[in-house]
Amino acid sequence: MTIGIVGYGAFIPRRRIKLEEIAKVWGADAPAYKRGLQLYEKSVPGADEDTVTMSVEATRNALARSGGVDPADIGALYIGSESHPYAVKPSGTIVAEAIGAVPALHVADLEFACKAGTESLFIAQSLVKAGEVRYAVGIGADTSQGAPGDALEYSAAAGASAFIFGGDEDLIVAEIVDSFSWTTDTPDFWRREYMHYPRHGSRFTGEPAYFRHSMSSARGMMAKAGMEPRDFAYAIFHQPNGKFPMRVGKKLGFTHEQLETGWLSPWLGNTYSGASPIGLTAVLDIASPGDLILLTSFGSGAGSDSFVIRVTGRISEVQDLAPKTRAQLDENKIYLEYGAYAKLRGKIRMAE
Amino acid sequence: MFSPARAWREFPQRYRLEAAKCSGCSKILYPPRLVCPECGGRKFTQEALPRDGKVVTYTVIRVPPAGFTEQTPLPLALVELTNGVRLMVQIGDVEDPESLEIGMPVRLEFRRISWDGEAGVIFYGHKAVRAGS
Ligand SMILES: [Zn+2]
Repeated sequence: MTIGIVGYGAFIPRRRIKLEEIAKVWGADAPAYKRGLQLYEKSVPGADEDTVTMSVEATRNALARSGGVDPADIGALYIGSESHPYAVKPSGTIVAEAIGAVPALHVADLEFACKAGTESLFIAQSLVKAGEVRYAVGIGADTSQGAPGDALEYSAAAGASAFIFGGDEDLIVAEIVDSFSWTTDTPDFWRREYMHYPRHGSRFTGEPAYFRHSMSSARGMMAKAGMEPRDFAYAIFHQPNGKFPMRVGKKLGFTHEQLETGWLSPWLGNTYSGASPIGLTAVLDIASPGDLILLTSFGSGAGSDSFVIRVTGRISEVQDLAPKTRAQLDENKIYLEYGAYAKLRGKIRMAE
Repeated sequence: MFSPARAWREFPQRYRLEAAKCSGCSKILYPPRLVCPECGGRKFTQEALPRDGKVVTYTVIRVPPAGFTEQTPLPLALVELTNGVRLMVQIGDVEDPESLEIGMPVRLEFRRISWDGEAGVIFYGHKAVRAGS
């Protein structure tokens, strides 16, 4: 049975902060950070935006591109995030209620650092494949935080993407050809309960965590599918900063041209669970029928999911039916100073 | 600040913008009511509001009620949707209230409306944001 994406959508908040504005406050060397991390600015959620609100808008965009999927036919909805608004109370129920998918559906929130989004995609597509549900929604969304002054503060950003999976061949815009995951226990990044900000294993985060898992997953995926880098029109990797996804892609043998469409982090920042899936939406926005796409996520802790995706002839009919990802990234921006940013991100202690 | 119970009863209108269309005179009521103010009818069908419209008039609240401190200044607008229905909503994504104008095209987006401090419930609904992206 062929299954695939029948609708996709992204949501990126309008607010941005430039890297210089953060560096200025902490006395850091902005040009060195820009060169080192390849980051120029990042998205910032408003006080009224969170993982739930962004997920609702991303899913509405996915429904707009779905060729008329009735939300009542959605049998499962999963949100992968490390910034669910409640510690106890699901995000998914709010999203399901808002899109009109309640009450006959399965819902759960998933967590796996930055990989929870692609894991929700994997579960959603698997349930459709197994015939358990007619349509399933997988969402990756985050409004992550870095501690003030920490290197993560320059990258932690906000965004969401949503994918509706189904098996109706005339509705599929991108077929899921195959998938693979590569997971070990690696303590490179964590946040304990009740802590506001995460901690990381510093230099431990690069080679044994991000690069080892991403490369093993991508290589395992290509070996399983009998493919190599030149077979793909596009490849998308997890984007903790601007530098890592380009470097990992090139190490694997992909070219700049294959990587640049899904490479959003220099202007978006790291949207954690949203990151590589939002990159996929940017690629689907301009992809052509027959294009093959490699999607490889990474989540600290650590694991990496890969998918081989083949774009179908229906893609061109749906690309213009919702706001495109690159347009959301490049247009209608509101630039913040650090003070307003600190207020919005709850970094200022308020009266009880 | 409303109670979780009251907000829960209003989820269909707050989350999905569900309005009541009078079976007698076709007037669309938002929020829904039990009796049509136009014809006295009591039979309605459910209809979701369109999400596009324009600002008819607005005001900016600078001394907000409890629960809105982080959102001050708080712009409130009377918005007319493409089907003619008018509703009072907050305007979102406004860093500079001077940029607001009557006639501004807006789109209703799902947002946090208010929240009961750090530990209480979060109330969601729709805000109008400048259209164009
Ligand atoms: Zn009436």
